[in-house]
Amino acid sequence: MASDVMAMHGAQTDRPTWVETLHAWVTTVDHKRIGLLYILYALLFLVIAGIEALVMRIQLLSAHNDFVSPQVFNQMFTMHGTTMIFFVAMPILFGFGNYLVPLMIGARDMAFPRLNAFSFWLSAVSGFVLYFSFLGGSGLYGAGTAPDVGWWAYAPLTARAFSPGSSSDYWTIAVLVSGFGSVAAAVNLIATIVCMRCPGMTLGRMPLLAWLYLTMSLMVLIGLTPLSAAQLMLLADRYLGAHFFDTQAGGSATLWMHFFWIFGHPEVYILIIPCFAFMSEIIPVFSRKPIFGYPVMVAATVCIAFVSMSVWAHHMFTVGMNSYANTFFMITTMAVGVPTGIKIFNWLGTMWGGRIQFKTPMLFAIAFLFQFLIAGLTGIMMAAAPFDWQLSLSYFVVAHFHYVIVGGILFALFAAFYYWYPKVTGRMLSERLGQLHFWLFVLGFHITFDPMHFAGLLGMPRRIYTYEPGRGWDAINLIVSIGAVIQAVAILVFVVNLILSYWKGARAGKDPWDAWTLEWSVSSPPPAYNFASIPTVASRRPLWDVKHPDDPDSRYE
Amino acid sequence: MIPELTSIFAPASTPARSIVDLSFFVLTITGIIFVVVAALLVYAIVKFRGRASDAGSEPPQVYGSTQIELAWTVVPILIVVILVAATARVIHAIQDAPQPPSALEVTVIGHQFWWEFRYPQLGIVTANELHVPVNDPARPRPTVLTLLSADTDHSFWIPQLAGKTDLIPNRINRMWIDPDRAGVFVGQCAQYCGTQHAKMLLRVSVDSAEDFDAWSKSQQQAAADSSAVVDGRRVFETAACINCHTVRGTAANGRFGPDLTHLMSRATIASGGADNTPESLRVWLRDPDAIKPGSLMPAMKLSDAELDALVRYMQSLR
Amino acid sequence: MTAAPALSVPVTPADNASPAWSLPDRGKVGMMCFIIAESAIFTIVVVAYLFYLGKSLSGPTPRDVLETPIFYTICLLSSSVTIHLAVTRLKRDASLSFLALWLLTIVLGGLFMYGTAQEWRRLIYEHGLTISTNLFGTTYYSLVGLHAFHVTVGLVMLAVVLLLGLTGRVRVAQSARVDVLSMYWHFVDVVWVVVFTVVYVIGR
Repeated sequence: MASDVMAMHGAQTDRPTWVETLHAWVTTVDHKRIGLLYILYALLFLVIAGIEALVMRIQLLSAHNDFVSPQVFNQMFTMHGTTMIFFVAMPILFGFGNYLVPLMIGARDMAFPRLNAFSFWLSAVSGFVLYFSFLGGSGLYGAGTAPDVGWWAYAPLTARAFSPGSSSDYWTIAVLVSGFGSVAAAVNLIATIVCMRCPGMTLGRMPLLAWLYLTMSLMVLIGLTPLSAAQLMLLADRYLGAHFFDTQAGGSATLWMHFFWIFGHPEVYILIIPCFAFMSEIIPVFSRKPIFGYPVMVAATVCIAFVSMSVWAHHMFTVGMNSYANTFFMITTMAVGVPTGIKIFNWLGTMWGGRIQFKTPMLFAIAFLFQFLIAGLTGIMMAAAPFDWQLSLSYFVVAHFHYVIVGGILFALFAAFYYWYPKVTGRMLSERLGQLHFWLFVLGFHITFDPMHFAGLLGMPRRIYTYEPGRGWDAINLIVSIGAVIQAVAILVFVVNLILSYWKGARAGKDPWDAWTLEWSVSSPPPAYNFASIPTVASRRPLWDVKHPDDPDSRYE
Repeated sequence: MIPELTSIFAPASTPARSIVDLSFFVLTITGIIFVVVAALLVYAIVKFRGRASDAGSEPPQVYGSTQIELAWTVVPILIVVILVAATARVIHAIQDAPQPPSALEVTVIGHQFWWEFRYPQLGIVTANELHVPVNDPARPRPTVLTLLSADTDHSFWIPQLAGKTDLIPNRINRMWIDPDRAGVFVGQCAQYCGTQHAKMLLRVSVDSAEDFDAWSKSQQQAAADSSAVVDGRRVFETAACINCHTVRGTAANGRFGPDLTHLMSRATIASGGADNTPESLRVWLRDPDAIKPGSLMPAMKLSDAELDALVRYMQSLR
Repeated sequence: MTAAPALSVPVTPADNASPAWSLPDRGKVGMMCFIIAESAIFTIVVVAYLFYLGKSLSGPTPRDVLETPIFYTICLLSSSVTIHLAVTRLKRDASLSFLALWLLTIVLGGLFMYGTAQEWRRLIYEHGLTISTNLFGTTYYSLVGLHAFHVTVGLVMLAVVLLLGLTGRVRVAQSARVDVLSMYWHFVDVVWVVVFTVVYVIGR
């Protein structure tokens, strides 16, 4: 027993030393701790990548500004995008999945606890590899440089001829290694969900979060690996003299684009699907009704997963594909909007006839619904390929995808934080600080990303470190930059809330939200073994059945 | 001529106009969808908010409704079908438009960080500023651009004239414009191509038929030769400029940098990086990084006297 | 307890699922997922190979230099049979025949690697074809090399099991894990069927 060991070592108290605590966390294979490691790691990089964004927004405050050089600016947008996708969004979503999935399906841990730890540490190391590039990027010849090829690293810009030194290799290797970590995490999630559900929890009875993480993980298996393959080819080009993307030797620049976007488009669905999961758990609880249309939600998600594998070249509408190819991808891109819209309607249907409680998680969820709706509609605009010939590669696209990633994904993540923080820590986050965080962030988000659409409509391309005055872009850029500062303040409020509430927050108890899934049946925080004995369930909302034995869900399913 | 604002909603050419028409259609449909769904959301939030009197009781637990699901599946599918039909027509109209024999052909070659324009039918080579004739609907003369790249990916974007098309090495792309009024239209490279992507600007001068003919004729001439600038010309020839630049009619026939034969016919230098004035020219020649840091033109470390002479020589290239 | 409580505690103190509730084996599911991911990687490399067929600007073409490795292919595909037999023997606790068949599998896989090495030697030294010669060289060495890498990893794992088996540590109780490893080996063989078809049949 641990306490006996402490006594043998002659410790004054039963509390472990900081060295022992550090050791326990570094060597942990407990899914809850690994989940938290992922989340804390992601929050660190969220702040770093946010600073990179602020640097860009200061540079773009006015035309011909010289806050940073073009070389630094180009590194900023490359690192900001790469960090946010691979070292913020992916880890944080795997973190939530790690923490919640075993608890929600009545298991004690993930299927492969050691593989779980391995996945985390692979991803963690790769993030530091990427940032080491600031110190050692150019190799022996120059001062350090981070990669500056954009987060898509288009060929042949990444060829040795155009990217001498090692800066783009840091991008390649860091993302490649983190990709392996993500695939391992996905394998773990799938094996856990398929093989470790508690008795009675058929696939049709597991929480939507489990379904969505299962779908997302399957997509990771076949969506992330094309990028890994392409990156191996790029490394072969740069180090073994191969010619995969060497246009001088007959290689194809568009082949990289196809491979990248065959990864890149499923990737954004990989990011949003867990956020759909959060919404599907949170909205019902705060509307006091079950999710509307559970089977349809599952079907729509699977449909999205399949169709999203066929839309990738809508990122390449300007590349000069023939009209038949453009038409095909236009059709599939419009089509994927249908199941996505159905999900929005089902959340609306969940709220309809309910008794909505406007706690902080629900505030973020409601904002998500509006913002994701808008983001989806601007996506439909760009699905119309000729319209995209104007909008692509401009700030309209930047506005669209930030609407999805910040307005959708980040808002859903905030909702998830406020909802599950009590379970993880045993304390409630402050409602007052939560409301402040929410309204500040909504304000900053809209001040930044609403006008940004117009910069694109007025012809402002993306990835430019400065712009010409007199094109009508000046005032818009100023407003956009101001909104960024407001968002930064809101994030500060959030971080303060996270830290303060850990010590001062109201005690949460097992089930502060009166919810219905299995994680709310254990203490907050849960014991290391999760469940004293593995439960048996008879419906999709086991705790509803316990609380309403006269009217259990099992009667209606 | 002063350039106009680069709004995509101020089209001056058929491709851009078709896109505006399609965009209004799409915006109307998405606008209606937004208003309807947002209104329903607002209604739900207001009507079904929890009240203090509800504490302790749960609302009716509704699990779903097949009819409603069907309705909100079928309607979006119909909307998608309509959008697809409208869009497919515009895709084909723009991309598969037949090329009239009278079309003016221009080959555009993208470089880091400037544009090369070749008119094979007219024997003209110039850089960064494109001249095309106004299109008269009675006697159509659109301009067909063949897009190539000498190094990395670029993208040709003049919002008022057409949607953008990329320039990709080892690939031939084509696009067309038929500007309906004279004027100057600006744009810039839209596909990140390296350090000075931001200053790879584009300038299209749409000329009347007469002006275009005059411009073509003067561009077809070899460089003006003036004894007044002999010393400047010597600097040009000995300071390695001829390795990268062409001045037709002289020994200079480099292809790495822009053709300078008629440099003074352009309104800007450094592909829009600065106005074409003697002062800017001198700054550029002295140290290109002062205007466009990271551009591929090296500073040749010329003395003041050499710079003055060189600028005078450049000024003679009308 | 009243009738059928929703969240019931099982009667037995053990945490095993009741006999009526059985889910697939984690090892098999995990390996299937891994195989799916690897298949996606190979698919992309195959696509690149097919895309670049006939597009080399210069240098040797497949028809010029490739010789179909029938014998070594038979070796590799037979090793799938031997490994399958080895696993069935192990499940019956027939240690000796398991070890013999396992060793045979390794030998057959090793022969395949030898064949690949021979072929590469011939291509490099007699025909001057390397990964940087032309697009064919690039795609050929990448695709065949990626597969050979996977065979090598497989052989290492098989060797580890052989060593453990020789010291008596691989018995019936380990048969499920050995079975999962054999899934990987079968995958490597299936990939070879695809690579063989693409490189030596379609590609010429």
